[in-house]
This record gives sequence, structure tokens and C-alpha cells, in this order.
Amino acid sequence: MANPFAGVRLHVVTGKGGTGKTTTAAALALSLASGGRRVLLLEVEGRQGIAQLFDVPPLPYEERKVAVGIDGGDVHALAIDPEDALYEYLDMYYRLGRAGKALRRAGVVEFATTIAPGVRDVLLTGKAFEAVRRKEGPSHVYDAVVLDAPPTGRITRFLNVNSEVAGLAKVGPIRRQADNIMGLLRSPATAVHLVTLLEEMPTQETIDGVGGLRATGLPVGGVVVNMVREPLLGSAALAAAGKGTLDRSEVESGVAAAGLGGHAGVVDALLAEASDHAERVRLQKAERRRLRSLERPMLELPWLADGVDLSGLYDLAGVLRGQGVA
Amino acid sequence: MKLPKTVAPDRFAIDDLIDDEATRIVVCCGSGGVGKTTTAAALGLRAAERGRRVCVLTIDPARRLAQSIGLDELDNTPREIDRIESANGGALFAMMLDMKRTFDEIVEQHADPERAQQILVNPFYQSLSSSFAGTQEYMAMEKLGQLHREADAEGRWDLVVVDTPPSRSALDFLDAPQRLGSFLDGRLIRLLTAPARAGGRAYMKVIGMGFSIVASALTKILGGQLLGDLQTLVASLDSVFGGFRERAEQTYSLLQAEGTAFVVVAAPEADALREASYFVERLQQDAMPLAGLVVNRVHRTEAPDLTPDRAAGAAEDLDEHGEHALTAALLRLHADTMRVRERELRLMSRFTGAHPQVRVAVAPALPGDVHDLPGLRLVGSALAGEQPERSAGPPRRRG
Repeated sequence: MANPFAGVRLHVVTGKGGTGKTTTAAALALSLASGGRRVLLLEVEGRQGIAQLFDVPPLPYEERKVAVGIDGGDVHALAIDPEDALYEYLDMYYRLGRAGKALRRAGVVEFATTIAPGVRDVLLTGKAFEAVRRKEGPSHVYDAVVLDAPPTGRITRFLNVNSEVAGLAKVGPIRRQADNIMGLLRSPATAVHLVTLLEEMPTQETIDGVGGLRATGLPVGGVVVNMVREPLLGSAALAAAGKGTLDRSEVESGVAAAGLGGHAGVVDALLAEASDHAERVRLQKAERRRLRSLERPMLELPWLADGVDLSGLYDLAGVLRGQGVA
Repeated sequence: MKLPKTVAPDRFAIDDLIDDEATRIVVCCGSGGVGKTTTAAALGLRAAERGRRVCVLTIDPARRLAQSIGLDELDNTPREIDRIESANGGALFAMMLDMKRTFDEIVEQHADPERAQQILVNPFYQSLSSSFAGTQEYMAMEKLGQLHREADAEGRWDLVVVDTPPSRSALDFLDAPQRLGSFLDGRLIRLLTAPARAGGRAYMKVIGMGFSIVASALTKILGGQLLGDLQTLVASLDSVFGGFRERAEQTYSLLQAEGTAFVVVAAPEADALREASYFVERLQQDAMPLAGLVVNRVHRTEAPDLTPDRAAGAAEDLDEHGEHALTAALLRLHADTMRVRERELRLMSRFTGAHPQVRVAVAPALPGDVHDLPGLRLVGSALAGEQPERSAGPPRRRG
């Protein structure tokens, strides 16, 4: 299967809360690492979700190897701390020395990283930019960078923050940095993927999110439909369950034949569950249609009954790989 | 090995909370995607239909509350929702926070017209008030305070129900006033409000020696123009900040006061419940009044005694005999639902094990989303512990 994201070096993963954004970002990083590549997985929300997924101690501000990809390859991870990112940035570009300490004492660092709206996002996107561009000799240190980004409702504001900054700083180093970051984020080397469920609100938010990204010229990657569950009933039974016309007497005799006649209310319960299930399947079909209308590559990840552990994560990575992501 | 015993929490009686006239503010908080907005709307509607006069404030930029109560538009003004069923004087208002407009209004209130105009057209201000993450938390706190004061002054409502901003962390909302306060008390503000380009001796006099290093470092990093623009804005916002901060602190202490109740909202998933745990601990630490936990979207069944193993085994037996294929499929569906449900109950039980004093109300997983008043009513009655009525057929969508 053709890789839908060939040439992309920065994968930004967003999604409505509860859709499995971090899980998807981690699975994507694993699948991108397959075949011996080196991938960096970045976390920006301070939740330490990546450490929990990979079952490693909380990540410090240091790139650490957290897993090996399928058929070799490494996934490294970093939880970006805005304060450390600020010091690093200042060191890299300004060599402030003693003045750096003075900035901290004066409350500039605290102001920039926690109080002042917007600055955080500048630092976080700046760090992602640095990781994508970092070179060792002639080649990039990381073949790909996966950013577990803020949720869909805030993604455009987050990624576009540097264009706001560029509007404020007319000249100077800040302006150059902001322009460079926006240059990367708007280029074909970046893809913003949206994770969703086949439910109404996540779908609506995905559609709104794609609209927002497109309006600001940010490249929309794929739509990842997470936790997809196969229908457990055949199409005839689904249709009947949807209309409430399942053969009750047949179910009654089936329940009796299975030796469950003694359980009170089982028949009613089964019919009710079938009706809920049929309604869910119907809604899922409708949501899938709406998502297709976005005309972006659609990837699907199965629902894992026992929740996502490390082996589940590799399963999901394998599924992505099977859909061409490598 | 014995299975760990399921810990059953006390039931969170939401009606006792919303019926109590001493309850003036209900704050719904929790991580993203757990149904905070729906919970706030459902509590608000139920309170109104039981006779309270309620204003629901939603912070979320997605127009979810508007969708769920059938309003086409929510702006910065509370709108009355007239299709509620209240026989005893109840009323429901709803509004969505418009962050920029709220900020503009603060500026207009606290600065003279000329200075206000200067601020409003400042490019820094425009980014700050509309495009920068983090402003929402400050404005949410401001708006909540306003609505509460309006309740006292005008009496259109006596209960404000609010959901919290979709922040990086659900705790950001609580930290907003304190962060602003530490900035305003800090030395940085003096640096920023000193005459922008005074330079030389006058500048040093205001700032003090140590700051010259800071000032020159800032100039080096930001460039003179950016720093100058920032200083101009901070200097002109100075008077606005003061009044704003005072009220933010009042609102913060209002949140600790009697009459306020926090409702922590979660979904029956590991991440959401972990976040709920953090929040419960934080509320206790800050002496904020926690009313209870709402867990949304818990799978239900009418045959909880038919275990997944038993159902799956029965389905296999039927398959072996090659008959009753439909019943076998339904039994497998039941086994699947039960497994999900057992996992959810296990996670909830773990939460209760850690926080046995927190009372819990549960809303069932519905096939579709809630997007109208009847749907919200159903959620409200489920939360109140009334058995939700099962409709005869599947819910039909309009159109």
C-alpha cells in the first residue's frame, strides 16, 4: 500500500479529548520507526502520557529511547518543559550567561512560561522545529518527529502562534525564528493528523478542525478513526434490531435452548442491547461518510477490548503499517 | 486468589445539591472529552425544571452547548431558553464565553475612553485577547464573577453553572488569579511599566541597578521594537490589571465559599479517572468544596447477572448445535457489553478505593450524542438516580 505521508518529517497528532490522541501518536511513532529508522516522539501537555504508555518512568527534559520499532528502528521520546526549552533557546542563540540568571530572578522566565498567554506555545513549537531540523553531519538526527499536540479545539491557535508573533515583531531574531517555524509548519514536510471516533461530536470537531487548519494554510494529513468496532450482528439482524422487529419468540426459544431461561429479563435485555448496537452501527456509518467528505487519507485503528498496553500499542503500530504508514 | 472486592461509593444525590437554595455556583471540571459541557447543561436544565433560576456559562469554543440546548447562537450575553418545562418559577439562561469581548469590556470599564482606545488597537492586545492560549482561564474567572454579581444585583438567576476551559490541565482555571497576582507583585511588571524609552539615568532610577542587565538582555532577545510595544501595552493596561486582579481574587475566594460546589466529571476510562483523581486532591488541598464525581457514559445492561463468560459459553453451545444463530449473536453482543462494563466498574472502583469519601453519580452510555433538551433531561434524571426510561424503539433523529 502506498505511503500516504511520504516526505513528511513532522507529524502533528491532534484529536478531541478522549479519542486516544496520545496512543495514536505513540503507535504512529512506532510504525514510522519500523525498518531501522529513528523517530522522536514529543509531548507538550505535561501529562507524562507517553511514559505511561511505554511503561517507563516519567520523562525528564532529555531525549530518551523508549522503544524499538517493528523490524528495528528506535523511538525516542521527550516531554517538552517550556522553562527548559526557554533556557535552551536562549543558550543556543544568545549566550546570555549571567544575564540568563538575572532574567529568572526578575520573574521573566516565570512570566514567559506560565503567566503570559501564548509564549508557551511559541516555546513548544520552537522545540519541535529544532528537533526536525537538527543535523549530525549531513543527515538529520531524526527521520521523523511525531508531536502529540494539544487537542483539536486548540490546535490551530497552537500551530499558528508564530504567525501572530511574526505579526508583532516586525524585524529581528524573534521575527526570523517565527518565520522559519511557520515555514516548516506550512510546508509539505509537515502533516497534521486528526484522531477521531465514529461519534457525532468528535466527528464534528474533526470537521471544524480541518476547516480551521485549511483556513490558516496548515497542511492537513490524515484522519485517524480510532477504536473502530466491527458490528457483532449480521446485516439482516442489524436492520431488524434497528426497526425493533427482531423475532422475540425466536430469541425466547434460543435463550431457553441455551439453558438461560431461568435468568429473569434476559430476553428483554438482549433485545434492548441489540437495538442500542444497531443504533450505534447506523450512527457510525453516517459519521464515516461525513469524515470521507473531507477527502483526506483515512486510517482506522481497532478498538482493543482490554485497553491499550505496550503489546496493544505494537498491534496498533502494525495496523498503521499495514495501511501504508512507514 | 480472591478477587478484590468492588468498592461501592456513596451515591452523589444531585437533586439535594441543586434544590438547595444555598447552592449558588456549580463548577463542572474534568479532562477534555468527558462530557463536562453536557453535564453542566443537564444539571442546569434539571435545576431549572425543579424551580431554580439558572444561568449556564460554557467556556468551550466548540458550539457544543448551543447545539445541545438547541440555541442557534450563544454570545457573551445570557439568553433565556424558553422551551423548558418548569411549573414553579424556574428559568434557564445560557451563554458562551466570548473571550475577546470579555477582555474588551474590562478594558473599557477600567480605562478612560482615550486610553481604552489605545489599548484596543494595540496589536499586542489584539493577539493577547483573541489568539493566545491562556487568556481564556483569566476571562472565565472574570465572567463567572460577573454572573454571580449579576445574580445578586438583578435576580434574573440565583444559580450559576459553569464548565471549565478545555485547558492543558484542568487545574489551570484555578491557578489563573494567583499567577496574575504574582506577576503584578513581581519586579518584572516594574520593568515593563517603566517609561519605555526613557533610557539612561531616569530609567535606572525607576528600575534599580540589577535590572539594567535584565533590560539589556530583554532588548537583545526581543529586539527594541517588540519590547517597546510590549511595554506600551503593559503600561497602559496597568490600571486595568489592578481592578481585574482584585476581582479574580474575589472570585477565587468565592469558589472556596459556602454556596459553591465543584462537580468533577469523568468518563469510565483510565486517563479520565486519573485526571479526576488529581483534581479531587487539588480541590481538597485548596479547601474547595467538592460535591461529587459524575461518571458519564457508563455501559449499562438490563441483565447484569448474566456474566460475560456464561453468555459467551451459551453462544458457543448454540453454535455447536447449529441453531438459534440470532440468539447466539445477541449473547455474544451481551458478553461484549458486559466485558466493557466490568472494565469500567473496575476502574471506577479503583477511584473509589483511593477516594472513598467522594460520592458518585453515573450517567449511562447512550448510542448517540445528546443534542437536545429531551436528551439532557434524560442525562439529568439518570444522574439523579432515576431509572432512565427506555424508549420503545431506537431514538430517531430528526430530518
